[in-house]
Amino acid sequence: MKKKKQSIEEATILFASDSGGGAQSIGTQMTEASAIAGNDVATLPDYPAEIRAPAGSLAGISGFQLRFSSLTIHTPGDLCDVLVAMNPAALKVNIDKLKPNGILIVDIDNFARRNLRLAGYSSNPLEDGSLTQFQVFPIELTRLTREALKDTNLTQREVDRCKNFYALGMVCWMYNRPMDYAFQWLEEKFATKPQYIEANTLALKAGNIYCEVTEQFATSYEIKPAKFAPGTYRNIEGNMATALGLVAASQKSGLQLVYGSYPITPASTILHELARYRNFGVKTMQMEDEIAAVGVAIGAAFSGALGATGSSGPGIALKAEAINLAMIAELPMVVCNIQRAGPSTGMPTKTEQADLLQMFYGRNGESPLPVIAASRPSDCFETVYEACRIAIKYMTPVIFMSDLYIAFGAEPWLIPKVSDLPAIDVHFPTDTNGFEPYLRDEATLARPWALPGTPGLEHRIGGLEKEDVSGNVSYDPDNHEQMVHLRAEKVARIVDDMPPTEIFGESGAELLVLSWGGSYGAVRTAVEHKQAEGESVAHVHLRYLNPLPKDLGDIMKGFKRVLIPELNLGQLRLLIRAEYLIDAVGLNKIQGQPFHVFEIESKIDELLRGAA
Amino acid sequence: MKNRTSSPIPVAVQTLTKQDFTSDQDVRWCPGCGDYSILAQTQRILPDLGIPKEDFVFISGIGCSSRFPYYMNTYGFHTIHGRAPTIAAGVKTANPDLSVWVITGDGDALSIGGNHFIHLMRRNLDINVLLFNNRIYGLTKGQYSPTSEQGKKTYSTPMGSIDNPFNPISLALASGATFVARSLDRDPEHLRNVIKAAFDHKGTSFVEIYQNCNVYNDGAFFTYTEKETKADNTVFLEHGEPLVFGKDSDKGICLNGFKPEVVSLTDGAPTSENLITHDQFAEDRTLAYFLSRMTEVPGLPHPIGIFRSVEHPCYEGMMTEQINTAKERMGEGNLEALLNEGDTWVVE
Repeated sequence: MKKKKQSIEEATILFASDSGGGAQSIGTQMTEASAIAGNDVATLPDYPAEIRAPAGSLAGISGFQLRFSSLTIHTPGDLCDVLVAMNPAALKVNIDKLKPNGILIVDIDNFARRNLRLAGYSSNPLEDGSLTQFQVFPIELTRLTREALKDTNLTQREVDRCKNFYALGMVCWMYNRPMDYAFQWLEEKFATKPQYIEANTLALKAGNIYCEVTEQFATSYEIKPAKFAPGTYRNIEGNMATALGLVAASQKSGLQLVYGSYPITPASTILHELARYRNFGVKTMQMEDEIAAVGVAIGAAFSGALGATGSSGPGIALKAEAINLAMIAELPMVVCNIQRAGPSTGMPTKTEQADLLQMFYGRNGESPLPVIAASRPSDCFETVYEACRIAIKYMTPVIFMSDLYIAFGAEPWLIPKVSDLPAIDVHFPTDTNGFEPYLRDEATLARPWALPGTPGLEHRIGGLEKEDVSGNVSYDPDNHEQMVHLRAEKVARIVDDMPPTEIFGESGAELLVLSWGGSYGAVRTAVEHKQAEGESVAHVHLRYLNPLPKDLGDIMKGFKRVLIPELNLGQLRLLIRAEYLIDAVGLNKIQGQPFHVFEIESKIDELLRGAA
Repeated sequence: MKNRTSSPIPVAVQTLTKQDFTSDQDVRWCPGCGDYSILAQTQRILPDLGIPKEDFVFISGIGCSSRFPYYMNTYGFHTIHGRAPTIAAGVKTANPDLSVWVITGDGDALSIGGNHFIHLMRRNLDINVLLFNNRIYGLTKGQYSPTSEQGKKTYSTPMGSIDNPFNPISLALASGATFVARSLDRDPEHLRNVIKAAFDHKGTSFVEIYQNCNVYNDGAFFTYTEKETKADNTVFLEHGEPLVFGKDSDKGICLNGFKPEVVSLTDGAPTSENLITHDQFAEDRTLAYFLSRMTEVPGLPHPIGIFRSVEHPCYEGMMTEQINTAKERMGEGNLEALLNEGDTWVVE
């Protein structure tokens, strides 16, 4: 039959299966293929904490949402054009995310009574008319895969594990994606198990041919490459970018990187990534607990290395006392908090932005620390690099914040030239003349980084209050007050080292939307839409949270209203209101999920209507 | 930074004296505290170790003993409660050329820092740990510690403590420590020798020092440190020598099944061949562990000296080896290449 090829702007696909059923794997393949095809891409992996929850259960469903576009995009999409559901539970969990008239592909072989019951369906949704608003494609995915692989020597269980690649073959056909990338990936992934390369390749091709020859699929779609600034690109996840940023800072500063960590979702992949870079002299230390992990970073910093540690909220809570020690000892260190939904253990595989006040205030005494946050997966590179630069220049621990959404999300990254990265100057004093461990640089107030092993500069530091200049232990009341002010002033002075704040839109508009961290994408998209509709709205996204940019107060005063959307109950809003006495309005969502664009748009509408 | 590649190697340096290792800070331990002696012996032995003063780093946690680094004219870091082993591990891993010392107490190392203590022992970084054991919390004014004997009456246990104490030597051995020793604050010569042996050992060296707190637990170890009782209540471990003790060297230790027992050497029956011969270099920890348990048995003398001293690869050395291997295999890391790794595409 004659097939139609239709050109469209963009598409959003959600793959959903039991965890371990391969949704993450084929989602990643489709992402890479789309990025290499020149589309802008954004992803949202969403999976349970359980490694293998009972098959077919609602709790065990793992999803991978991917949006690819011929335009520049900032989010993985609110709703999907295509949902691939490998069983009834995958359908039940995700059907609300499918657009009306969206394409629903299901493995009909998995819709037996037992699976329907496990998913909590009292009747079969494929037969009871509840899915009439969608284009449903019931495919015998299990039978077809078994048929395609009948000549292999694999067990039935192994054959069934190739179903996801059959589905990927179908989706590749639907969106005219070449499968070369997936072939190549299989070759690498199963280098030692060639029978799996063959089986998955067969499944992939069979799925593709199935769409080509059956009448069910009449139309395929084409998405033109997006317009990108010239340069070399790769697809990158946030945690990968964070790891690379730390290595880049180590290389540019000439300092060895010592990264202490204790496994925790969603920070562990930074440790995995860095552990591969021994040839860069990177020393990763998986320690006995979170405290030891920060301890080795502090010790390494005392020895003259770039010390870093990474964790998520619960782990950062354990590290707090040690971070405070590094603060009063005035040692450079980077602490990465890859936030997840709290409080306590919370929802380890879900995203949130509710650790901001913890990072500001979660230590005893007056403990000011610079706090900066990444906005997108690729931005993790530059932001953590900046954290390293500030730490070394000002001799202070710096908090780098990311979150699960951008840590696991992926997007194309314009790879920077190493020569374009900002310089990170390091000075280790050797002159004994007039050396004092707490004699500060006049401009930055940084104390000297005098390393053990340097003759004549022997000195003692510690967590007891220090006498100004000499660094000796001091209980003097005036000295204590002075030191508290000095440490605060040192952090405050970083404002002079920050670029001017960018305003997206017109200054003096009706409404400013102010955001931080991973909500960048949804907010920017919403503001773009509203501006296109002619609304008077602008966007400022903050990388620097402590100190806040010095131009921020004036910028905000130029707008009638300020809206701060956050995945918490209003933590940045609290800080902004306290600092500037501005009556900012919040949009707060705390569901473990990122913002949808429409949620921000409707809040903007509400405020603009209210202001009119 | 100096370009040395291995652990501190004795090199010819200008002659240093105890005075060189004494900082300008006033020592603020209670008069009569056992810590003074440990400080003095450390300051006396350091000049003999043959490495430059600037290569010593003393790292402590919290407690009376942990003030120690302030009094040493070396690099020092007075950190937080129980965490000194972690910071020391970072210092040593980042710069294996430094001579790193952890100064800790029974509360610091075995209560709040218990987890770090056992993991430091098993990792075997080349770090020397001096644990001042006074069986009491001094700085917080007299609560029982994890080495206090059961039934101890303190401010926090007016009816007597109901916890079982740790045996630090057993704990270190069970954790895989490669050098384990015990010494006494009131035996300066022995203490210096043990500190020197700990320094010479490549790997984590653990030294428990019986230390008198004359304010909150006065005389806790007098049975083992004072002239009148010491000889009959301690046995000094010497490699290759039978375990003989007593004022007139008239008693020995032999094994009865799994139980160490005291035997008299004067009534003719047992000879020194039947006694336990100490082997501090035995790879197997069993004998050392037997000896460590002697303090739990009333009537047996407390072993003093080196329980175990075996050479295993050090953590920081293996780290350096991995880095060298990776560089050989993949070449020295190139940042530009790393950033451009994987699937890339060019937009014109």
